[in-house]
Parts: sequence; C-alpha cells; structure tokens
Amino acid sequence: MILLRTENLSKSFTLHLQGGVRIGVLDSVDLSVSAGECVALAGPSGAGKSTLMRCLYGNYRAGGGRILVRHDGADVDIATADPRLMIEVRRQTLGYVSQFLRVIPRVSTRDVVAEPLIARGVTVEDARDRAATLLTRLNIPARLQSLPPATFSGGEQQRVNLARGFIAAHPVMLLDEPTASLDPGNRAVVIEMVMEAKSRGAAIVGIFHDAAARDAVADRLYHVAPLAEAA
Amino acid sequence: MDETLLSGRGLSLDFGRIQALDGVNIDLWPGEVLAIVGESGSGKSTLLNVLSGRMHPDAGTVWYRGPDGHLADVHGMPEPALRRLLRSDWGFVHQNPRDGLRMTVSAGGNVGERLMAAGARHYGNIREQAAAWLKRVEIDPSRMDDLPRTFSGGMQQRLQIARTLVTHPRLVFMDEPTGGLDVSVQARLLDLIRALVAELRIAVALVTHDIAVARLLAHRIAVMRRGVVVETGLTDQVLDDPQHPYTQLLVASVLQA
Repeated sequence: MILLRTENLSKSFTLHLQGGVRIGVLDSVDLSVSAGECVALAGPSGAGKSTLMRCLYGNYRAGGGRILVRHDGADVDIATADPRLMIEVRRQTLGYVSQFLRVIPRVSTRDVVAEPLIARGVTVEDARDRAATLLTRLNIPARLQSLPPATFSGGEQQRVNLARGFIAAHPVMLLDEPTASLDPGNRAVVIEMVMEAKSRGAAIVGIFHDAAARDAVADRLYHVAPLAEAA
Repeated sequence: MDETLLSGRGLSLDFGRIQALDGVNIDLWPGEVLAIVGESGSGKSTLLNVLSGRMHPDAGTVWYRGPDGHLADVHGMPEPALRRLLRSDWGFVHQNPRDGLRMTVSAGGNVGERLMAAGARHYGNIREQAAAWLKRVEIDPSRMDDLPRTFSGGMQQRLQIARTLVTHPRLVFMDEPTGGLDVSVQARLLDLIRALVAELRIAVALVTHDIAVARLLAHRIAVMRRGVVVETGLTDQVLDDPQHPYTQLLVASVLQA
C-alpha cells in the first residue's frame, strides 16, 4: 500500500528582495513510497533533495502538483491542506527528522523527546519512560537526560533529535541525514531503528550521504536532478 | 475542531489619516495559538484591541463562540456582558505588567481578586488557589503578601500570567508579553507560557514583533503590514518559505544568534 506519493510536484522560489528573481528547484517530481519501504533520495549537492523533503513535510509550500499522504484512512494533499489539518497530519502520520535540533530553553532532554507522544495523549510518565529508554539506546546517559540539550555536543544533539523523531513511530517518516555526525556505534543503532520502522510498516524517505548507511536501509534510489541538467 | 472560537470579519479602523486596520479577516480556533507579527505601526496591537472588544472598529464584526456554542457579536453586546467575558472566559496579558496588575494589592490578592470576580467566595480556597498559582509561575508563595512593586519585571509578568490564567479562560490575548524583559528572563517566561497554554489548551492571540517568540509558541502566524494581513499560514511554513515580499523582508531582517 502506498502511503506517500507526489504527482507532478514542482517548487520554485521567488526572491522579492533580489528583484523578484525566480529560482526553479523541482519540476514534475513523481515519487511514491509504500508501507515498509525506504526510498533514498540521490543526486548531487544542490539538486533539491532537501527542498523535496521540506515540501513533503509541508515546511515549504508546493508550487504545483500534489503531495498525497495516507492519513487516518484517506489521502490528504499536503500541497493544499489547511494549517490545522497539517498539524494533525504531523502529529499522527508524518514525522520528520531534520539535521539540527531546535533547542527549547529550559526544557529537559527527556521532555524534548517525550513531547510528540504527549501531544498524542500518552500520559506524561509513560512518555518520559519511553523517552528515557530510547535516549539510553542512543547512548545519551541518564545523567544528561534531565538537562536541556542546549549545551550538548553536535553529535549528542543529533541523537536527541533522532530520539524525538523516532519515538512516535509515525507511519510516514522523512529522514534528512540521520547518520551525519554520528560515530560508528551510534550509526549502527540508527540503522537498526530505521530497519525496525520498516518492519512495522513505515514508509520512509531519506537523504543519506553516508553510502554504507544508505545501502543498509534503502530499497531503492530516487534521483533528484538539478533543473538545469534536466531541461 | 470545526468551529472557530473567534472571528474578525472586514475589520477597519482609522486614526485620522492613518488606516490602522484595513478590511482584516482573521480566525482563531479552540486551543490554537495564533501569532500576529509585523513591525511597529503595522496595526497588530490595534487588531488585538479590536478583537478583544477594548477598541471599536469603524467597520466589521468580531464574533465569539461561547461555551454553549452560541455566537455573540463582541461589539454589539452590552457593556456588562463584555466586562463579564473579560473577567471569566477571556484574559488579557499586557506588555507592561502594571497595566494588568493592581500595584496596590498584594501578589496573592491580585490572583485571588480575579477568582472572586469570577464568583469564588470562600476565603481559604481562594488563598490556597492563589498560592498554588504563584508556585506554578515560579513565585515563592512566601511572597504572597508582598506588593507587586517589590517584584522584578520578570516576576511581575509571571504574576500577571497567574492572575490571568487562574480562572481557566478559554481565550487569552497577549500583547508583547516578553517585550521589556532581559533575554534570560524572556526564555523562562516563554517556556512557562508554552507549557501552561499546552496543558490548559487555551486559545491565544499573541501579538509580537519577535519572530523567535512566534516560532516557539504559535501554531499559526498572521503577518501584518499597514493594517492589512499580507500572509497567513502554518508557523514554520510562513517563516521558512515566506511568499509575500514583506514577510521575506521580515524574516531576512532577523539577526542569527
């Protein structure tokens, strides 16, 4: 079953501060991802892989075409969904692991990770327990879990971000460089977590610069070509 | 989920030759945090004042849906009904805590007073609830009998939040709630507002010129310029992929820390 597909998706940016110059990034993207499948986006730097990911999450507004996500038994078009439906789709269905953690002042690491579960109605204690388990699995020691992640190293913040992204087990997951800046031990844990997500039936789209990680988890590649070359 | 809590339709207001609001349509849903952003003079505070019934528009209507599902015309209701609304269902957090607090009444009294205005009568219960709320906003309950003027600016603002939220309003208007505070004090207050709003599922119309505050607190953003809402949408979408030239300028003008 297809959980995520795009139809003729295009995206360009109009830079009003630079005299209205228009930069085309994506054109006629047709991507489809089934339950239990991991598709890796391939293409040179600057081809638009991250732009595509952000469109899929609704973080960037699609310029044209449709982005259909299977949500609550029906297809929702991310390109046109109103903000409140979008928030609901993100809460229940569509998860995104970005490269950088957006730190919230004073909120402990455990609570940062537990938040997506609490938003879904899981009790605070239960959510915190599950957050602690996942953080421990990602080698964030218990003594750090009660601190806000603001002072953590880049690699530690990345792992906190991963825990936050994986804890809610979204049916559709977008992974932007999930193994970047991780040591081999933690990379192996993340690969294991992606494999588990696939086996529970998640549809995954990822950007992996780390070829070994990509080969370990991806079922196929989707090539994103820079527009100038494609034309 | 499908019914709006507050709707402004065709709101216009002139101050002499200045068009502070020019045909603004805006909606707020239950439990939603909406940030109204824009530079000084864009009309955002005027919009907040009109939405909350504190200022009358020249044209347009503000509809509020009460707990019984009934729609009320905010500017058409009798003055006592509006005052009752502002005391119970609604709250208003001012930029300057002195505008929202009674400076000659103790901290506990400031919180208890609003409970009493909403109908509470039992002195012991009121004092107990006031103490509980002071704790919730991280003010030591031993300061309960002190006057707000002996508090720091950040404490005064937290006290104003306690006074506003103690009656569990459904809708709170906030005008630059972190405006005059030091950055470290701001972070504490923002975190507190974030947690309380999520926990109590309060709808908030928040006016701020600070994009970072909007990103942290709001589900949705409306960008105002010269009395017009030029762009509205999901917070991260408006800030990361702004469409309107003015929104692009606003986002590009933020210093990266």
